[in-house]
Amino acid sequence: MGRYFLKRLWHGVIVIFGVTVLVFVVTRLVGDPVKVMLPLEATVEQRAAFEKELGLDQPIAIQFVDFMKGLSRLDFGKSLWQHRPAMQIVFEKLPLTLELALLGIGLAFVLAIPLGIISALRPGGVSDRSTVFVSLMGLSIPQFWLGLLLIIVFAVQFKWLPTSGIDTPAHIILPTITMALPALARLVMIVRSSMIDELNQQYVKTCFAKGLPFYRVVGVHALRNAALPVVTLTGWELIRAVAGYSVVVETVFAWPGLGLTAIQAIEREDLILLQAIVFTVAILVVLINILMDVAYKIIDPRLKLG
Amino acid sequence: MTVPANQPLLEIENLVVHFTTRSGIVQGVRGVNLQVGHGETLGIVGESGSGKSVTVQAVMGLITTPGEIVSGSIRWKGKSLLGAGGRDYLEKVRGKEITMIFQDPMTSLDPLFTVGTQITEVLRHHLGMGKKQALRRAVELLELVDINAPERRLQQFPHELSGGMRQRVMIAIALACEPELLIADEPTTALDVTIQAMILELLAELQERLKLSVIMITHDLGVIAQMSHRVAVMYAGKIVEVGLAEDIFERPVHPYTQGLLRATPRPDEVTERMIAIEGVPPNLISPPPGCAFASRCEQAGESCGLSPSLTVYEENRMVSCWCASKKQGA
Amino acid sequence: MDAKQGAIESGGDHGGGRLKNLFLELWRDKTGFIGMAMIAALLFMAVAAPLIAPHSPTAQNLRARLKAPVWDENGSWNHILGTDNLGRDVLSRVIHGSRVSLMVGASVVLIAGAFGTVLGLLAGYRGGRTDNFIMRWIDTQVAFPGLLIALIILAVIGPSMITVILVLSFNGWMVYGRMTRGAVLSVRQTAYVEAAEVVGCSGTRVVFRHILPNLTSPLLTLAILEFARIVLAEAALSFLGMGIQPPATSWGLDVASGKNYLFRAWWLVTFPGIAISLTVLAINLVASWMRLVSDPQEREKQFARQMRARRKRGPVVQEASAP
Repeated sequence: MGRYFLKRLWHGVIVIFGVTVLVFVVTRLVGDPVKVMLPLEATVEQRAAFEKELGLDQPIAIQFVDFMKGLSRLDFGKSLWQHRPAMQIVFEKLPLTLELALLGIGLAFVLAIPLGIISALRPGGVSDRSTVFVSLMGLSIPQFWLGLLLIIVFAVQFKWLPTSGIDTPAHIILPTITMALPALARLVMIVRSSMIDELNQQYVKTCFAKGLPFYRVVGVHALRNAALPVVTLTGWELIRAVAGYSVVVETVFAWPGLGLTAIQAIEREDLILLQAIVFTVAILVVLINILMDVAYKIIDPRLKLG
Repeated sequence: MTVPANQPLLEIENLVVHFTTRSGIVQGVRGVNLQVGHGETLGIVGESGSGKSVTVQAVMGLITTPGEIVSGSIRWKGKSLLGAGGRDYLEKVRGKEITMIFQDPMTSLDPLFTVGTQITEVLRHHLGMGKKQALRRAVELLELVDINAPERRLQQFPHELSGGMRQRVMIAIALACEPELLIADEPTTALDVTIQAMILELLAELQERLKLSVIMITHDLGVIAQMSHRVAVMYAGKIVEVGLAEDIFERPVHPYTQGLLRATPRPDEVTERMIAIEGVPPNLISPPPGCAFASRCEQAGESCGLSPSLTVYEENRMVSCWCASKKQGA
Repeated sequence: MDAKQGAIESGGDHGGGRLKNLFLELWRDKTGFIGMAMIAALLFMAVAAPLIAPHSPTAQNLRARLKAPVWDENGSWNHILGTDNLGRDVLSRVIHGSRVSLMVGASVVLIAGAFGTVLGLLAGYRGGRTDNFIMRWIDTQVAFPGLLIALIILAVIGPSMITVILVLSFNGWMVYGRMTRGAVLSVRQTAYVEAAEVVGCSGTRVVFRHILPNLTSPLLTLAILEFARIVLAEAALSFLGMGIQPPATSWGLDVASGKNYLFRAWWLVTFPGIAISLTVLAINLVASWMRLVSDPQEREKQFARQMRARRKRGPVVQEASAP
């Protein structure tokens, strides 16, 4: 077990390294980073001073070494936009993104299980077909549009909920729903198909032949066997929520998390802050992957990891 | 509820089961009549597709879409297991008074739960036992089926056991609540020959010791010979012959039974070619109107265009064949 | 993904007969038919856009700004779906936007699909170090935060249709690689491929004649699903401002600019969004139909489910296998 974790951690390190190097390369080598970071009217002296400050006048190899040194101290330098350490900004915004992602995907997961089971019990029946249909729609709607629609309906038409920002507890409702719905659609489909497959297995027949009550056969035996793909997808959804959807949802609702900050950093061409954000997100992704593996091992004792 | 010793425990009458597929309706069971009495082993023998598994699945209420019990009755100790009221009765009785073991023990056990859990859950549900009590009983059951180190086995998972051991665990689970009827659906087909013998011996011993009734389903005549008191031969969804085991083996009456016995290779008879039954079983989507075996039967005659039914041939023997009836003069 | 034993054919097509069967299948499964019909309509719209759009998508008419759709009291038949803040006709923009979505989708699927499939074939067929290397690469890249990286790269090199296509391809080839490699591995182990190799068929011959034909079906389904995902991804990128840039027309872009008029002009956000949703829905319908058609077991199961639904029986216990 220990060996396995080491392997996974090593893989995680490679991923994080890969991501950061990629961003480093992109931001320093492609095009003219100084031009990107400075206003157009900057004079030659200002450019030179800027370059010196950022260490951009050094050969690329030295830049890379400096970069790696900073990385190990979690020091990416000062954000060009807010003029304070980039990682400090990241640590401020991170909890907000995590809150939204966990609530959203958590909600999707909690709803998907009963919906998927009910569908699987009577495939082709009325509730199943409507679930599948609504899921299909949920998969097809762009998330940013969903958020805007929700705003139009609930905040504008009915004025029940606030449109954006973070001031009251009620502010989290619409963003959470927006985060949850597409994930819910995908999760329901997986729970459903997984359960249908399991309910066709021989051991389910045996369980019924043993006279076990219905809820135990479906809710304990079949469900546990069906869990693996569901856990995989949930982990995947959580990763996408943190690393992708958050950008979109936070933008729509002006939710000041890492995603919105990333967009703002892009708009302001603050490549330093961007590097810090990408690095942090990569670490989060690796952590979630590891958590998933732990979950697998708990669910299925047959899995010999490593 | 006790049943007097001379009355059958299980009665199946005119059972008809259909399966709806895209190519048409498959008539898997076309009118089966069977009884099983106290303490006896009934062997049901037939080739794949003859309907033997479907029949017992119908008894255990394991048939659902695309399958359906179209007509007939199944009675356990005189009360019906079918229909609305029957369903409730079935749920009380299933796993407790009638139990079943299946062909492939690897897929029949839940891979994610320990052996111990899979035994104790039956005890706790049917007999209301507490956890400790159920575990103790589980150890007893594992000893009953000759599994060594029973306490350790309780913590193990199915994939950690060998095929033979898994089947023993299945038997232990099936015997947990002291059932009166054990249905074994091809219990040894998936096992090595040597293990086969051991499992059959175990079953025979348990049957005698516990005064169990057993339905043994198989396509292997050797297995039947070893264990059964009575034998029913099935072909194309119907029973073609039923009688005492020795009688059937020594003097088979139905041409199909005769063909089966002829086709079984015997070490004491050396022949040049194996004798197979010519032809193939009929398509059950549109079975022939008359006797289903007629097209492959050497003795087939004109009357075989009509469907024969099981009639008494002699004491303890029923056959479904016009030729047999003719010989009998009945 | 396993190439099912029963469905394995070794190259060779029955051409016309197959196509006809496909049409019959489509007609039988209504949702697949609807999906196909919608796709056909979409294709038509994209190809014939300049002919059927009532106005040019970029034509500004500052006197007709923010006009409501025709059924509103302020609307007019001149602008059926209303106009945006620059007086541009929404309907025309929606029609022209289809071109971008389809173009980006098709290009990415082709590029990422080709690259991924080739790598997957290499990994599966060569095995050993090649396989190891490619799979490690895939595993690593799959763990990258795709959207973020896409945004950064686009920010640095400048967003445009071409760069969007390149970035989305960069992020999206891995799934083809994994699938292809899996298919190759499972087919390689079948007896008949071993036989072909024993007889002396060369590597490429084995690949092309035996492995590829079995890949087409699952690969096609995957490509269609990816197409849907790309349409959504492009829309999101354009919405965030890092995708298609004005004056080009993209549905995502229109939603973004409409966002500022959410309260005053709901139609600016609604219609492009509906267009995206319908497109992706159609693609998904076709994809699930395809999956159904290519797997005979699935069809049998679906048939059984329809039977079950008609009968209102108790819930599923198991599907007893037909004797």
